[in-house]
Amino acid sequence: MSRFLINRVLGMAVVLFLVCLFTFVVFFVLSPDPAVQICGKNCTPEAIDQIRANLGLDQPFWTQFWTFLSGLFAGRTYGTGANAIECAAPCLGYSFQTSQPVTDMIVQRLPVSATVAIGAAVLWLLAGVSAGLVSAVREGRFADRFVTGLTLTGMSIPNYVLALSLQFLLVVTLGWLPFPQAVPFADDPVRWFLNFLMPWIVLAIGAAAVYTRLTRANVIDTLQENYVRTARAKGLRPDLVWRRHALRPALTPIVTIFGMDFANLLGGALITETVFGLNGIGKLAADSITKNDQPVIMGVTLLAAFLVVVGNMVVDLTYTAIDPRVRVGSAK
Amino acid sequence: MTFTPTDLEVEGAAGGETAGESLPASPPASGRRLVRTFLRDRAAVACCVYILLVIVVALAAPLLVKISGWGPYEFDQSAVDPDLGGIPLGTAGGISAEHWFGVEPGNGRDIFARIVYGARVSMTIALLATVLTSVLGVVFGLIAGYFGGRVDMIVSRVMEFLMAFPALIFMIAVLSALPAENRQLLLVVVISFFGWPYLARIVRGQTMSIKEREFVESARASGASSAQIIFKEILPNLTSTIIVMTTLAVPGYVGTEAGLSFLGVGVVPPTPSWGQMIAGSVPWYAVDPAYFLFPGACLFLLVLSFTVLGDRVKKIAESGEGRV
Repeated sequence: MSRFLINRVLGMAVVLFLVCLFTFVVFFVLSPDPAVQICGKNCTPEAIDQIRANLGLDQPFWTQFWTFLSGLFAGRTYGTGANAIECAAPCLGYSFQTSQPVTDMIVQRLPVSATVAIGAAVLWLLAGVSAGLVSAVREGRFADRFVTGLTLTGMSIPNYVLALSLQFLLVVTLGWLPFPQAVPFADDPVRWFLNFLMPWIVLAIGAAAVYTRLTRANVIDTLQENYVRTARAKGLRPDLVWRRHALRPALTPIVTIFGMDFANLLGGALITETVFGLNGIGKLAADSITKNDQPVIMGVTLLAAFLVVVGNMVVDLTYTAIDPRVRVGSAK
Repeated sequence: MTFTPTDLEVEGAAGGETAGESLPASPPASGRRLVRTFLRDRAAVACCVYILLVIVVALAAPLLVKISGWGPYEFDQSAVDPDLGGIPLGTAGGISAEHWFGVEPGNGRDIFARIVYGARVSMTIALLATVLTSVLGVVFGLIAGYFGGRVDMIVSRVMEFLMAFPALIFMIAVLSALPAENRQLLLVVVISFFGWPYLARIVRGQTMSIKEREFVESARASGASSAQIIFKEILPNLTSTIIVMTTLAVPGYVGTEAGLSFLGVGVVPPTPSWGQMIAGSVPWYAVDPAYFLFPGACLFLLVLSFTVLGDRVKKIAESGEGRV
């Protein structure tokens, strides 16, 4: 087990290192010179050189990359002497636009993205798994075909089309919901909830459709296994057959994709946050892209990659815990 | 976009008994029966009709625009009300005999013309991305599965790496960083770059099991080269998998292109694309819902058609109907 863990952590480190390198190459080699951008319109060559020196942009590529990496773990210092700015670890640099530390910007936005992700995840798990079960139990009948039709529709609606349609229907035409507006939970919990309701629904619908299909397919497959037939033949009560023999193996694959989807969402729901004007990480990414704020884009990309990689690992570990067929070590 | 795994099993040695001889590369499934099963399915036919309609509209765009009378880049200030901030005159976003789908608020561009030209962009990008992804996925999957060992390890690592990547954010980042000369080609390349591992993974698995079969062995014994075995013996057995996987991938690419254009890093204005039209309609949705309903509905129906089609094709392939 410990060997498996070490291997996984090492593999994770390699992937993250490559993500860093890849992002770094794209931003600091291919894109236009950030010093020129920061400098603005009334710019002299001396000023550009000064900015370059402060940001370390005059260094060769590998030196820059190394400074960036070590900044992540040990922090780094910009400039020298009296003008020096200390950036504590994990240092992702400073925004070109607001001069705020990128790490702070991300940490500030994290709660909103987490709220969006958790609410949506609860919704889509509940809806997806239960609809999938209904569909599997009534296989081939009307309920099954109805659910299947719904899932195809749910999978096909692009989430911004859904977001705009919902907003138009529920807010403008029917007036059931107020215009989305950021309200702190402590001030007005009801308003806060209503504000997040639409983003949750929008994000949950597409995912719920995928989960429904997965649950349905897995449950139908499992019910055809020999051990389920045996359990039935020996006269086990139907509800116990379901609980003990059918559901557990059928639902383990759900854990796999749930871990990855959730990690993905935590790294920012770009489109949904933008449409509903939620100040989460996705909005931060979208805004920094329009403003070409490279350190922020890079920070968000790294965070998202980190979450996906960690999510994958957590999934693998949970999997070995809940599925007795997958035992680490014996897998040779 | 989540790609549903298609648990397609490799069919028995269908078409493989006669290995060794150089057969014309015919798929093991009988085309005629497949088509007949397919035609009985009304939903699938309806989807095909819509997809064909969009393709025809895309191809005939210049002609259609000539008939409707307004080009996609022409402004019609007489169709909007300058006193109300540019809201289209008339009902439902300015629908009239002049402007069939109404006009854009603000500048009065004809929505019909922009949808017709947008179909061109969306279809071209989605289909090209599908072709490129399929070629990459099939080639790398075959190579990794057939040669195994070190080659397999390298290809598999690259695939894992690409799949662990936050693709959407990264696509946006790359697209925003790179210069915008040929936007559409760049979109195709970026989408395919992150898309091929999903197909390659499945092709690899099936190749690994097919290459152990007798007909491959007999081909090898009779002196066929690796290239001959891969393309004449193994590839024909993968046809149905590839067809299913690519049909399932197209809706994802249509959506991705629209999503990227929606976020402002895809197709650049003034070139119209459905996603970008929807993005443009965001500030207006409350006063002029028709502006987002037309491109929204067209996009939704296109993605839905491809999704349903992929679903049906997969079912037919799995149920074994249409097999010899």
